[in-house]
Amino acid sequence: MTEFLQFLLKGISVGSLYALLALGYTMVYGILQFINFAHSDVFMLGAFFSWRLATWFKLIDPSPLVATSLLLAAMALCALTGFLIELLAYRPLRRAPRLNVLITAIGVSLFLENSGQLVFGKDPRSYPQLLAEHTFSVGGVNVRSVEVIAVVTALALMVALHTLVYRTKIGRAMRAVSIDHKVAGLMGIPVSRVISFTFVVGSALAAAAGVLVGITYGQIKQPADSSWVLYGLKAFVAAVIGGIGSVPGAMLGGLLIGLCEQFVGGYISTQLRDAIIFALLIVVLLVKPSGLLGRRAIEKI
Amino acid sequence: MIPAAAQPISVTRALTRSLLPVAVGLGLGLGLGQVVPTGTYAEKILFDIGINIILAVSLNLVNGFTGQFSMGHAGFMALGAYASIVVTYYGGFALFGDVGCHLNAQGYGLYFTSLVVGGLVAAAAGYLVGLPSLRLRGDYLAIVTLGFGEIIRVVLQVSYAVVEPEEMATVDWWERPLHLGKSLGFVHQGAYNSLSWTYAAVVLTLLCAYRLRESTHGRAFLSVRENEIAAEAVGIDTTRYKVNAFVLAAFFAGVAGALFGHQLGTGTAARPEEFNFMKSFEAIIMVVLGGMGSISGAALAAVTLTLLTELLRSVQDYRMVSYALLLILVMILRPEGLFGTRELWHFLRRRRP
Repeated sequence: MTEFLQFLLKGISVGSLYALLALGYTMVYGILQFINFAHSDVFMLGAFFSWRLATWFKLIDPSPLVATSLLLAAMALCALTGFLIELLAYRPLRRAPRLNVLITAIGVSLFLENSGQLVFGKDPRSYPQLLAEHTFSVGGVNVRSVEVIAVVTALALMVALHTLVYRTKIGRAMRAVSIDHKVAGLMGIPVSRVISFTFVVGSALAAAAGVLVGITYGQIKQPADSSWVLYGLKAFVAAVIGGIGSVPGAMLGGLLIGLCEQFVGGYISTQLRDAIIFALLIVVLLVKPSGLLGRRAIEKI
Repeated sequence: MIPAAAQPISVTRALTRSLLPVAVGLGLGLGLGQVVPTGTYAEKILFDIGINIILAVSLNLVNGFTGQFSMGHAGFMALGAYASIVVTYYGGFALFGDVGCHLNAQGYGLYFTSLVVGGLVAAAAGYLVGLPSLRLRGDYLAIVTLGFGEIIRVVLQVSYAVVEPEEMATVDWWERPLHLGKSLGFVHQGAYNSLSWTYAAVVLTLLCAYRLRESTHGRAFLSVRENEIAAEAVGIDTTRYKVNAFVLAAFFAGVAGALFGHQLGTGTAARPEEFNFMKSFEAIIMVVLGGMGSISGAALAAVTLTLLTELLRSVQDYRMVSYALLLILVMILRPEGLFGTRELWHFLRRRRP
């Protein structure tokens, strides 16, 4: 039972990170209908930007204020990166076939990975301890304070996003563009600006996930390490399972993937867990391609 | 354009036309293996080029001709490699009593069989993956095939250690196919491959791709790419043709993997890590740069990029950065790839009347 609770806790903590990432995939897919392969690299950059800032200013003492400001700085930098990616790589292809955009996304992803490797080096980096680490035991289950903080931060960001999408004017514009960008344009919505904004928000969330990964694990792999891409792919799987284009779906999917990963890793095999997640994707696509909370897509001629 | 085939041609001409390129090509391919000395640097590069040509041209069947997007080519390659090694390793033991390389008629027969088996296993997997996912929208196929490739790699990594063939009799029958060498892969298989085998396969792949495109099937593939709804409307079973293209591509990728797996002593071996998604991405880059739908374009891109990889080895860190930039620029400035759907010879002379 203790073991079960431990996996459950770990699953929630990992799952909230997947959920943050999945939101970026699902928003971009909802609006532009393509898989933004570069999203996992923005996530990687979030971790590395904050690492670089922390080592630059020698921020080694744990302090919530420093951690918060680093989180915000990384989010801002990645938001800018996301904006530039959209402007330089995706916007010229707005009218191009979707496949071309997909290939460009792969190109952007490879570019960010390899230039990240040039800038940040080829070694895994130890991430400074930004928050005081306490481990307390609740009923035999070890709870790490940083994990709790990571989950709370992720939840707060998700609530903020939910408010943004469903309660504000720009959020309504985003939803309108995702339903039909032509008609949205005719209604006077500045489609290009809304798309840019979507990238900015998605990238900021990815950056937050990157910082949280650094804080939770205390170490970040080198920029071109395949684990970043795998992280992103699993987050995309989460978005598909939750229903692509649906914001609550992405959160649910992320949580499910996190739990699934931990339980499979704990009870079956750590090596097989990625394989099982991808198998889950194939099953979901076969049985319910629109995902758990997604709308059924109608193919228009 | 109505082809000249509307008028019947004589049997001899038809035979010459269809068999002459095969004979000449095979002759050239086999001859290459005789000319280049074994164990040299040139041989290794030519070998890499050959494998990459097969990969790029076969991926082009799906990504170029049919307009679908497969990202799991490395997975099929891995399946082909492992299946064929199982044949030569355990089969070689059954035939000769040891697993070394036997350069005699039986050994060649065994190797040939293993290549075909490698291709067929990959093709079967292609069918299993393609049938469900090709009903879905294009980019779902991309993510499913990528996931599939990773599943293959992970499963190979958790397989059991390779056992000595003589001990195989003591292993339970259901466990036998699981002894694939964990993350180390196979390392003691016979080094059956040579440039002659590789280039014979290259020639056959090129000719198959070319003949295929000029056939009914090929036209159907192209129609799916151009407009799926219109293709459906004129009675083309688009899902069937998509699956066909996918299975064919998987077959050739499997053969490429089989060739790759039997080339020892050059730093290449059948390890699961060799077949990760970067390998698929490399094949995609070749197809995209060469031209989606151009056979010679994909082949030329495979040659160029392989050579460039070797030349740029000293500045390796910048290589992938520049490939990535090139990929983005080509998509923005020349979305159909350098060659588009045209072939090399269309540039050498005026377009056919």
